Amino acid sequence: MASLAAIFGSGAMTNSIREIEGMEVIFIIGSNTKETHPVIANRMIKAYRKGAKIIVADPRRVPMVRFADVFMSLKPGTDIALLNGIAHVILKEGLHNEEFIGEKTEGFEEWKKSVEEYTPEKVERITGVAKKDIVKAARLYGGSRKAGIFYTMGITQHTCGSDNVRAIANLATLTGNIGRESTGVNPLRGQNNVQGASDAGCMPNVYPGYQLVENPEVQAKFEGAWGVPLSPKAGLKATEMIPAAHEGTLKALYIMGENPVITDPNTHHTVEALKKLDFLVVQDIFLTETAALADVVLPSTCFAEKDGTFANTERKVQRVRKAVEPPGEARSDLSIILEVAQRLGYPMKYTSPEEVLLEFGQVWQNLAGITYQRIEKEGIQWPCTDREHPGTQYLFKGGFPKGKVPFSPVSYTPPAEVVSDEYPFILTTGRNLYQYHSGSMTRRVDAIESHAGEPYVELNPSDGERLGIGDGEEIRVASRRGDIKIKARITQRVSSGTVFIPMHYREAAANVITNDALDKKVKIPEYKVCAVQVSK
Amino acid sequence: MMMKITIDGKSIEVPQGTTVLEAARMLDIAIPTLCHHPKLTPFGGCRLCIVEIKGIPRPVTSCTTPASEGMEVTTSTPRIKDLRKTVLELILSDHPNDCMVCERAGDCTLQEMAYAYGIRENRFAGERRIYTKRDGNPFLERDMEKCILCGRCVKVCDEVQGVGAIDFTYRGFQSKICPPYEEDLDCEFCGQCVAVCPTGALAGKMWSHKGRQKGVREVDTICSYCGTGCNITLHVKGNEVIRVTSREDTWNEGWLCVKGRFGYQFINNPDRLAKPLIKRDGKFEEASWDETLEYVGKRLNEIKASHGPDAIGGLSSARCTNEENYAFQKMLRAGVGTNNVDHCARL
Repeated sequence: MASLAAIFGSGAMTNSIREIEGMEVIFIIGSNTKETHPVIANRMIKAYRKGAKIIVADPRRVPMVRFADVFMSLKPGTDIALLNGIAHVILKEGLHNEEFIGEKTEGFEEWKKSVEEYTPEKVERITGVAKKDIVKAARLYGGSRKAGIFYTMGITQHTCGSDNVRAIANLATLTGNIGRESTGVNPLRGQNNVQGASDAGCMPNVYPGYQLVENPEVQAKFEGAWGVPLSPKAGLKATEMIPAAHEGTLKALYIMGENPVITDPNTHHTVEALKKLDFLVVQDIFLTETAALADVVLPSTCFAEKDGTFANTERKVQRVRKAVEPPGEARSDLSIILEVAQRLGYPMKYTSPEEVLLEFGQVWQNLAGITYQRIEKEGIQWPCTDREHPGTQYLFKGGFPKGKVPFSPVSYTPPAEVVSDEYPFILTTGRNLYQYHSGSMTRRVDAIESHAGEPYVELNPSDGERLGIGDGEEIRVASRRGDIKIKARITQRVSSGTVFIPMHYREAAANVITNDALDKKVKIPEYKVCAVQVSK
Repeated sequence: MMMKITIDGKSIEVPQGTTVLEAARMLDIAIPTLCHHPKLTPFGGCRLCIVEIKGIPRPVTSCTTPASEGMEVTTSTPRIKDLRKTVLELILSDHPNDCMVCERAGDCTLQEMAYAYGIRENRFAGERRIYTKRDGNPFLERDMEKCILCGRCVKVCDEVQGVGAIDFTYRGFQSKICPPYEEDLDCEFCGQCVAVCPTGALAGKMWSHKGRQKGVREVDTICSYCGTGCNITLHVKGNEVIRVTSREDTWNEGWLCVKGRFGYQFINNPDRLAKPLIKRDGKFEEASWDETLEYVGKRLNEIKASHGPDAIGGLSSARCTNEENYAFQKMLRAGVGTNNVDHCARL
């Protein structure tokens, strides 16, 4: 999201979910939309029924492929080559948007040179995608002026994740497919309130509303608002805190509602790091794998037990309402935070969650117009700058916050770990339809657990045959970091040479073997590619 | 192009392609329907929406008849009422009279129609379809004895969900809706079919005997799984969430996925943490809030005093609300004095 923000000036989904219906071309790359965002997929299917063309690029034959005009089964980690290749064809066939490029962009000529080498022939060699499919995708996307791109972690969870996003933005900029209704770039957020947690400044380099910590004016503004001196330097990212704990420079960690033992890469390393802390506080609704390592566990409430708001992937702030009482003595996260802050010598006096949102709106103009009363029936999409403002259906209608959109040359670099004789398979990870993230919620739902309660590794039939592995057979998957035992699921969903493990299952936790190599800019781990061996 | 149409003496201009049923609903004229659903293509299957149109000798189904210029429609005459009642009696002649134990009683369109038309005895009583098969899946209960073959489930599965797991099979009295070869349902279990079923033929298995309307509160909120942010309604009895639905008038149009619709049992799960815990000698012990909070405050203050504020970090949650996230980072930044705060956007 940080990379998208650097290019367009905002890192959120530029269109609304409803607008998907009006798109002519839908380009899905690195998103298993039908399983991870099923209701958004419903809108895509609606667009398809109205005649929209769908392009899917994914290492796996994901369910949306059924609706696709073009399916590009690329090798994991080769997205930049594919995207640059598509741009190359668009340029060569003159499908680019000269008017848009001339008026609203900069750096075109230099960038153009950078994609010259990405001929369909070369891209076919790198990605494994047939030349004709690259050309077909380029003609579809480049031939439309009402096209949307959709992506998720399949794009970002790579050591080159931020460059992947740049390559996507370049395509949208090249064709002018941005800033209009049913036309834009749309990262789909994986968790109910990732958007809101980011908006609220739960990131080490920005205050609420993406205002830079290291900008002295911003610092002064927040010192004024909060009445205390604030630190002038950016803090540690989540993926840096774990190593810092390991090295002993981070002494205490307060974790609210996260389960890094399961969700972070390289589990053994994460557990060791958390054990080295002098003090670990975990605030959660279950005694998760992470909470089990804590010095103190604070019982909190789930979404059904509190009032507040979530911001969804289309920037819509929606009302969350209390329906049931929490179990036993569990307390809302907000009330716990206020108690702890009091004991840290910084009392925060809020009498209701709404007061917090109103303060948030005072420090970030984009939320200034939102009150609980205004979102009683339906949520409002930010920016919503005053009480009369109706909210913003799609971004950049009146131009881009930074003026011109830069083209940013990006080149293909292989993943941090490539296959070798010893580790000949590429492992990619993700979610399935039924389970969710670390499984602490869904694995406690009997129906889901009885239907999809068993971990599995997807293996192509030809690989299964070659290794003598049958469907349902227990096998060993190992990387340089660890190994797990897991049942094989023989399926055409993965291509030969690639295996897939869903991340949800603690008894065969994929992250025991994933690589904790990080993207150099945004520090996202490379969950989507690592080299493994598969054996009986 | 706009068309002027008159229904029961009231006139309205509607865009070309509007059906007579849609035009009537714009005029707040009630026409009963069973198979029609505003988000699905019309089918004309149940025949309840029949109306008389001037110049057409026989009654026509209003859901499939497009409005045309100058059309004059009558929605309710003794003849129409009588025909509708007969249609209902025919449907009910092959329907188990077990509303007392049906999950959908009180929220069933068919029951409501029988009530409106005062149907109790049935002059067409006779042989009934018997359906004993029970699906093995843990999500959806399919009781085809209660199915009126309206086809809404078939359409929603195909048109909205793009799955096409079920369709009509056999003919006449043997007609039923089922997966290929009458095997167990094997689909995405989104439950869209349950949401549109007008009778008790489809229901959630986990809803069984948990409660219908009496003593059940409905609370509108937002789903807590992925970032789509679907509107959901929690049905609560006592202090337990017993069912999740979604309203059709929300942006997600009432559509949900398997997690959103059926993944709610973690809320009332017995594993939920209910007391603060402090680890002593490697074991967790329950403690009071006061003691726990004092301890947390003391330890954090000690670490800050001896190692500086940047020795402390916080991981916030994409599961929590905007308000909680705002307060959390403010606690770290203003309370502790560090910018070491992040959440799982990257994970």
